[in-house]
Amino acid sequence: MRKVLMKGNEAIGEAAIRAGCLNYFAYPITPQSEVAEYLSKRMPEVNGVFLQGESEVAVGYMIFGAAACGARVMTTSSSPGISLMSEAISYIAGAECPAVFVNIMRGGPGLGGILPSQADYLQATKGGGHGDYRLLVMAPASVQEAVEMVMQAFPLAEKYRNPIMILGDGLIGQMMEPVVFPDDLKTEPGNKNDWATNGMDFRGSDKRNLVRSLYLDPEVLNAQNLKLKAKYEQMKREEIRYESYKTDTDYQVLIVSYGTMSRVCKTAIDNLLEEGIRVALIRPQTLFPFPEAAIRQAASAKSCRVVMSIEMSMGQMLEDVDRSVQGRLPVEWYGKCGGDVPTPEEVADSVKSFLQKYSKE
Amino acid sequence: MGKTFHKPEALSDAQTHYCPGCTHGVIHRLVAEVIDELQIRRRTVGIAPVGCAVLAYNYFTFDFQEAAHGRAPAMATGIKRVRPDLMVFTYQGDGDLASIGMGEIIHAANRGEKFTTIFVNNAVYGMTGGQMAPTTMPNQRTTTSPFGRNVADVGMPIKVAELLAALQTPAYISRQTAIKPKYIVKAKKAIKKAFEYQLAGKCFSFVEVVSTCPTNWGMTALEAVNWAENTLLPYYPLGDVKTPE
Repeated sequence: MRKVLMKGNEAIGEAAIRAGCLNYFAYPITPQSEVAEYLSKRMPEVNGVFLQGESEVAVGYMIFGAAACGARVMTTSSSPGISLMSEAISYIAGAECPAVFVNIMRGGPGLGGILPSQADYLQATKGGGHGDYRLLVMAPASVQEAVEMVMQAFPLAEKYRNPIMILGDGLIGQMMEPVVFPDDLKTEPGNKNDWATNGMDFRGSDKRNLVRSLYLDPEVLNAQNLKLKAKYEQMKREEIRYESYKTDTDYQVLIVSYGTMSRVCKTAIDNLLEEGIRVALIRPQTLFPFPEAAIRQAASAKSCRVVMSIEMSMGQMLEDVDRSVQGRLPVEWYGKCGGDVPTPEEVADSVKSFLQKYSKE
Repeated sequence: MGKTFHKPEALSDAQTHYCPGCTHGVIHRLVAEVIDELQIRRRTVGIAPVGCAVLAYNYFTFDFQEAAHGRAPAMATGIKRVRPDLMVFTYQGDGDLASIGMGEIIHAANRGEKFTTIFVNNAVYGMTGGQMAPTTMPNQRTTTSPFGRNVADVGMPIKVAELLAALQTPAYISRQTAIKPKYIVKAKKAIKKAFEYQLAGKCFSFVEVVSTCPTNWGMTALEAVNWAENTLLPYYPLGDVKTPE
């Protein structure tokens, strides 16, 4: 396994190929267009499919059509584009097809900006489209982790027959870091003959397959939604991932933070320790399912005065953190959402001010 | 004496939900007959629209996907790009294809995607209860044009076959109708030609089929056939509009 220096967006494209995904449809949008540019050159080299669609709306349905006939398939986009794809994502979840969506988030709402943001947290984790569905959402904090999550996403999508979202902020896409493509994360696509519209001759079956999300009978639709719910409950049991940092200390503050923001928090935590202030971090690697139990347990530490959700959004993850802590401790928010990533000093100042507030009480 | 008439294998035994006098059933049968004759049933994927034919998958015996409103050509693109060996067709109405899905059909046609579209044009939204469509005729009354389509306000009906034929990419574009036996025979020939172009990997192929909607036109089945012949056909002329070089 060779270490190479790569831009996040290009590494994400290469990771898909290394994972055995040879089908990619996309529409250009800053700050992730390099994925499409990279794969427009790379896919022909591996006899893969590259197609630039006419809109994110159309791309969402190209993904649906390809996924429904059994192909491993991925698209990448950024926030406004994901809004447009959300219609298709709802249909794909409803029709139970595996597919991988990467959102390299930029600031919003509306056109917002083109700089890094985490403002699509609620859209990704609570369902950006209509209906009762969830995505398994993975949030990388480095180019290496983005590569690994992309490679892991395809078998997970097939395990659950559900769309997976890789939720990275603009920095993950734009920065260059050393990266290794782990050979052991390459997987073979699962057998989809039971449900995929891949042609009766192709699968040697006399039974035709039907991919749909329409269930006009209320009892049947309710049963379908219960079936989907059971999958999301299974994700909660089997797929929660998080990283703990400095949780073996007598920490006074617990930070919950993910993606690029969590790296800044780690630096702030190290700096604060030199001042004698002990802070720990839980970094969710899956945002849905959310590491509720881990956060609740960490918030139960006797030394801990306050829990903070630090995010490049205006208190979106805060709702999940608050829900996880269940009133055991005060839960506070710090963040920025214009495109500037908060500095370690800004994080440290915020931590100190909340620590002061809750140490008095 | 041998069997001279039978139900196509590509057609299921299900009873359709279509209204009396509607031509969807005839068009379904033509598609099924062509699929049987070309012996492609076991490698065909159909894509159902949103509209009256949303349940079309119940009436065929091969793989089917069900699309969102207007998005069938994007889904067909996805299938055909990753599985060029499959035979793929979309089956869409005028609201689905000519209104909300106009972007998808134009770009699929312009890319020369190697699938077939059957476009059923009955000049009205059927499933939602008879609202005005992009193909509704001038002065035609619908539930959202109660005083008749005012072309000064909402423009002229769109001639989709001619619009797609204007693209520079080679394609097979034809307009037919299923309102009378003499037309139905020709419609089947066009549908077969469309599938044959796909089978040969030649080009995008598109057959518009001018159809009836007695229920939403407020007519008997016979009146609907006559209205279609006298009012729709002069505006939507029949025949091949474009063939690939």
